[in-house]
Amino acid sequence: MSVQSALLNEAAGPAGQHLNAQVLRADARREQLRLMVLLAPSLFLVCAIIIVPIGWLFWLSLFDESGALSAANYARFFEQASYIRTFVTTFKVAFIVTGACVLLGYPLAYMLSQLPRRAASICLIFVILPFWTSVLVRTYAWLVILQRKGLINSWLIDLGVISQPLSLANNFSGVVIGMTHILLPFLVLPLYASMKTIDTDCLRAGMNLGAGPAATFRQIFFPLSLPGLASGVVIVFVLCLGFFVTPALMGGGKVVMWAMRMEQTTSLYSNWGAGAALGVVLLVVTLALLGLFQWLLGARATGVWSSR
Amino acid sequence: MSIAPSALPISMRRIEKRFGSMAVLRDLNLDVEAGEFLTLLGPSGSGKTTLLMILAGFVRANAGSIKVGGDEIITTPPHRRNIGMVFQNYALFPHMNVFHNIAFPLKQRGVGAAETAERVGKALELVKLHGLGERRVDQLSGGQRQRVALARAIVFEPRIVLMDEPLSALDKGLREHMQIELRALHRRLGMTTVYVTHDQREAITMSDRIAVMNGGRIEQLDRPETLYAAPKTQFVAGFIGESNFIPVESRNGSVWYGDRRIQTGAPTPPAGQHLMVVRPEKLRLVMAGEASTGINVLDATVGDIIYQGDSFVCYASLSDGRQLTLRDYCRSDVLARLPAPGQPIMLGLDAKDTILVAAEG
Repeated sequence: MSVQSALLNEAAGPAGQHLNAQVLRADARREQLRLMVLLAPSLFLVCAIIIVPIGWLFWLSLFDESGALSAANYARFFEQASYIRTFVTTFKVAFIVTGACVLLGYPLAYMLSQLPRRAASICLIFVILPFWTSVLVRTYAWLVILQRKGLINSWLIDLGVISQPLSLANNFSGVVIGMTHILLPFLVLPLYASMKTIDTDCLRAGMNLGAGPAATFRQIFFPLSLPGLASGVVIVFVLCLGFFVTPALMGGGKVVMWAMRMEQTTSLYSNWGAGAALGVVLLVVTLALLGLFQWLLGARATGVWSSR
Repeated sequence: MSIAPSALPISMRRIEKRFGSMAVLRDLNLDVEAGEFLTLLGPSGSGKTTLLMILAGFVRANAGSIKVGGDEIITTPPHRRNIGMVFQNYALFPHMNVFHNIAFPLKQRGVGAAETAERVGKALELVKLHGLGERRVDQLSGGQRQRVALARAIVFEPRIVLMDEPLSALDKGLREHMQIELRALHRRLGMTTVYVTHDQREAITMSDRIAVMNGGRIEQLDRPETLYAAPKTQFVAGFIGESNFIPVESRNGSVWYGDRRIQTGAPTPPAGQHLMVVRPEKLRLVMAGEASTGINVLDATVGDIIYQGDSFVCYASLSDGRQLTLRDYCRSDVLARLPAPGQPIMLGLDAKDTILVAAEG
């Protein structure tokens, strides 16, 4: 029965019922159904490439090498110190790299947001430029610059600043430098975008009402830039947790991060169950951190609203 | 809360501003009296907003002097000028509630918590928003935001208040209501106010004096009545109120439209081409045989008559094809003798309502 033929006119409608109410409800349901059909392909894709593999990963992690159901893969994290060490290293790197990205990226994004449009877009190209080169190539470039006989050490020795080469690569600092460079744009871009949306008149109003440049920045610009900073920090931090190429190359084998551990476990020892368990733990911890962050940010945002 | 005793005059001298090679303000002089409500009126690009920004300290002039009560402030940074400002888009701080928005200038001045609460409360009352202090800015309507912006601009009792088209985002009814409220607030507080708008009706409604700006200069600075009744240039006559312009010539000590002599209330202008400013509501229909002393009578043909409820508009063309507009109220005596389209009529303009301005370019 088509909508048209089901439509009742006022005179014919049964007394005490709302005119065409049922027909309109059915029409609304049909519209929702049509929208669901449109969504179906992308929903299918999400299931096929995200939910199913993660479920499979989780499933794998529950079996030991002999194929028997066991919790051995998870028990190992608490029994072997090397796992705990890897775990701590991963978070230490993530915190330090995120911190370095904030320290370097906030002033950069601020400068970009204050530049005239033309100059800003030229500078933005330089921020985005590294994306066009592979992470591997950029990491090797850093090795060339930072290694014992690299550019920095030979310049500093030539200038007489140091007599012994600094150990900048193949260790923890090398990992941090390389990762900071690669992840910086992920912080700068969302931060810049959010800074651009801050109304200049709000800053002018701040000054007009008696706040000097520093006070205006602290009381108006900075709080208004926090949402952008938060999303940048989350992106960088989460990417850090799963980073592989740069720590593998720049760490010289001394810095073992979670993803490297996974690679060793699956390709070197062919222990898929253990590798999957590593993946599950990383996923759970990351989700927990994101949840915590969201909660903190929510509290912070309401705090900002009432300005206390 | 009264600001009147500390209201200060502003004296701007030879202000110049260029953006690149484009001159935005040229050798501009303007005096605002203490406690006066002065409006900068002009089309976009006339330099009125730039002048306001220079006054607030957000834009640096290329040359000139601004004195407030005798103190030079041209190089004073904006946060030390002690000038309140209402921005076009209100510029309320979205991360603060209404109370903290209004308390912001007091916080910068180190006012204590108790006094802040009291003064913010008073300011809220003044703009009729009592009890809304805890509201978030995004929970307010346009009119309420406007009032918060206003309260924030006056709560610290500034010497001067600037307003940059503050009502342009409001709908018509609310805008007219706020015009009257702003005017009343100004009367009550007495602060020197510089108001920017491109809406001539708003300027006429609110201002003590209006500075009509065009091309970076002040064309005329006068009381609203004077601006309307005696515009000095074609631009002012065209920008304030509706006008039709009729070219006339001054020769041998008289003014002529073709071969018809035009009587004016003012002395005859120097010989040459001039424009007669004809306001639609100053024209009236003249009946055949009616006495016409002291009246300039023009022969015309009715084009169209538009009924607008309270009034009607009659479009008529002169013998040389120039259009004139006549507007009158729909009184029964007027309606009874309305001509029909195509009919010849006589339009009368009182000699004392006959304004001449120099013909431009």
